[in-house]
Amino acid sequence: MESVFSNVVRAPEDPILGVTVAYNNDPSPAKLNLGVGAYRTEEGKPLVLDVVRRAEQQLVNDPSRVKEYIPIAGLADFNKLSAKLILGADSPAIQESRVATIQCLSGTGSLRVGAEFLKKHYHQSVIFIPKPTWGNHPKVFNLAGLSVEYYRYYDPATRGLDFHGLLEDLGAAPSGAIVLLHACAHNPTGVDPTSEQWEQIRQLVRSKSLLPFFDSAYQGFASGSLDTDAHSVRTFVADGGECLIAQSYAKNMGLYGERVGALSIVCKSADVASKVESQVKLVVRPMYSSPPIHGASIVATILKSSDMYNDWTIELKGMADRIISMRQQLFEALQAKGTPGDWSHIIKQIGMFTFTGLNKEQVAFMTKEYHIYMTSDGRISMAGLSSKTVPHLVEAIHAAVTRVA
Amino acid sequence: MAMMAMKIRNSASRRTTTTMASRQISSGLRSMSSWWKNVEPAPKDPILGVTEAFLADPSPDKVNVGVGAYRDDNGKPVVLECVREAERRIAGASFMEYLPMGGSVEMVEETLKLAYGKNSEFIKDKRIAAVQSLSGTGACRLFADFQKRFRPDSQIYIPVPTWSNHHNIWRDAQVPQKTYHYYHPETKGLDFSGLMDDVKNAPEGSFFLLHACAHNPTGVDPTEEQWREISQLFKAKKHFAFFDMAYQGFASGDPRKDAKSIRIFLEDGHHIGISQSYAKNMGLYGQRVGCLSVLCEDEKQAVTVKSQLQQLARPMYSNPPLHGAQIVSIILGDPQLKNQWLQEVKIMADRIIGMRTTLRESLEKLGSPLSWEHVTKQIGMFCYSGLTPEQVDRLTSEYHIYMTRNGRISMAGVTTGNVEYLANAIHEVTKSS
Repeated sequence: MESVFSNVVRAPEDPILGVTVAYNNDPSPAKLNLGVGAYRTEEGKPLVLDVVRRAEQQLVNDPSRVKEYIPIAGLADFNKLSAKLILGADSPAIQESRVATIQCLSGTGSLRVGAEFLKKHYHQSVIFIPKPTWGNHPKVFNLAGLSVEYYRYYDPATRGLDFHGLLEDLGAAPSGAIVLLHACAHNPTGVDPTSEQWEQIRQLVRSKSLLPFFDSAYQGFASGSLDTDAHSVRTFVADGGECLIAQSYAKNMGLYGERVGALSIVCKSADVASKVESQVKLVVRPMYSSPPIHGASIVATILKSSDMYNDWTIELKGMADRIISMRQQLFEALQAKGTPGDWSHIIKQIGMFTFTGLNKEQVAFMTKEYHIYMTSDGRISMAGLSSKTVPHLVEAIHAAVTRVA
Repeated sequence: MAMMAMKIRNSASRRTTTTMASRQISSGLRSMSSWWKNVEPAPKDPILGVTEAFLADPSPDKVNVGVGAYRDDNGKPVVLECVREAERRIAGASFMEYLPMGGSVEMVEETLKLAYGKNSEFIKDKRIAAVQSLSGTGACRLFADFQKRFRPDSQIYIPVPTWSNHHNIWRDAQVPQKTYHYYHPETKGLDFSGLMDDVKNAPEGSFFLLHACAHNPTGVDPTEEQWREISQLFKAKKHFAFFDMAYQGFASGDPRKDAKSIRIFLEDGHHIGISQSYAKNMGLYGQRVGCLSVLCEDEKQAVTVKSQLQQLARPMYSNPPLHGAQIVSIILGDPQLKNQWLQEVKIMADRIIGMRTTLRESLEKLGSPLSWEHVTKQIGMFCYSGLTPEQVDRLTSEYHIYMTRNGRISMAGVTTGNVEYLANAIHEVTKSS
């Protein structure tokens, strides 16, 4: 019998995952994987936080714990604690019950559920996203039925923010358009607006009635401080306006595969927030009915214990500090080597990734000659570097920059 | 010097203007109305609303037979021993890295064996495109999205009645729906001729949703002979069969028996799709573990189809959750644990079958004028009692018994402690029927 799906063609490999596949196939002992978007220790190993292990044990040892369905909107205490984490415990929006928070499948799930809600209930169906952005963003919004436009963001000439271009493009956006903003540690560039620039963005967004949709995937992971990394979001919420926020615990709690995140919709009133929550549940039910319990239970266990919360902030700072120190080491090593070019962007950029500015040919050269794996846009994961491997990377960059145009 | 002064003056006044403007914007924002004031409150979910009402009832006699989750004879939720053991092995032992988009390969392999058979030629020949899914809901939704993308002109035929969320799933995937006859209210059994007529009259190559076993909400399943006839007619009409199997092992107590419908279709050469869930049969409800599989012509097509299923999963949740998949892999990969699981599933199924018998006998003993044969003929977690919405309302208001208004009783909520009370109440509201 012929298949009803014989017309289906093979989908292209995921560009990011393809890097790890190639890395795995490379027999060279000197190989280095800088494509990986997950934290690695100095020894190049994945890390499960100590505080996560403790929470895990607590859950396993509790005989009263059951595995029943959790509500469609997820665990109630997880939701409350997540909103507090991103908005601040003293946020008036929370105190006034104006925030609808729904547990979702990490950042991706929060973005998708939020986008589907917007498609159904918001008067505008265009979303402006920065150029460049995480590769999955346009797919998430397209599948939700939104149309995607770009605003200028990265300036290759300065390897920094194209602030003028950003203001122009958002200034030209239709009134009410949705705007995707990376709360901190922009992926893939690591380039964030300053707080003055954020203030200008906020004013522009509000003056044009644009609807901000924050993607917060690195809170605490970027600067080492949870509050600092939430600053952009909090200033928007402080002005009394509405916004959406997608939160992920993949990186900052190392819970990658457990798929833990939250979508918060900050509304004008408690009544509206309650109705909004009820409608978001209608998006979730036909997608997966209710979110997974395990990861959210770990998060809730940690956030509600002041001891565990404190321990978490210390481990989180540890991860952020290691990455910051890798930036410093790489920069200093390139300076010491006399590698041509201005490499200060390495220490100016923030978060897991550095947009090196290397072009496709240089990247290919580094892979072929030095067994260094990264995405072809020149993005390297600082999390994949260690003090031991910095020299090898510096050799490779130096060679690429001096020998390949 | 003058230029400098002007610059400073200008920037100062710009700052002042900026502050004033931002204050204006802020106050303007506070007075601006919400973007969402036109959002209507959504209706309560018909199934979950029942449990909410139950929880709010202070009566000591209250009974919850709306719940779609297994309860033991004390009315308590159950975590299987094999699951507890698997969790003990996981805690502290593994990393929490991302799974691939298609999920845990190990877990998917074990899951396919359950549905297709341990020695299935289709598994050997790598003809099955399969991905880990967010339980049964997630599998159905991925398939619906896939159907929309690659067979955009197709519709889905859904039985009447069905689990209410099936309609939501295909609607949100934007696949048009049609229905086919299934439940026969007069006999409280299968409307087989109605079903066969609808299958025959559907245009060639239509997509049908079938419940592999333990139909939800009616508990009415075709017999083996009826399944064979359905399969033959599907062959003649070149229809596509999509099986939702949420109760394998949980219906009869024997996973192989519960997969019979699927095995018949496979023998007859159909290229089917299957949604599998571990919510009930492993008690992993909240972990959201399941699997979507599509049987293809050959290995190449299976690789292709899988790649496209992953393309649909990536913008929905990127990759599926790890924990539940680990539990399943550990249990099914360890012969001792797997045996333990099979025993525990049988215990759950047997308890329910026992409660069906007891409920029916109690009603007959009370001298009910109605036939309650269907209580023991139907199979799985649910009994479609035949109670009217008004009778259900009376059960709730007078007897504090909670069930969905379609008269569906979750036998999982029936215990030796409440079965007499339940029988009595049902008798009271139906005896003048």
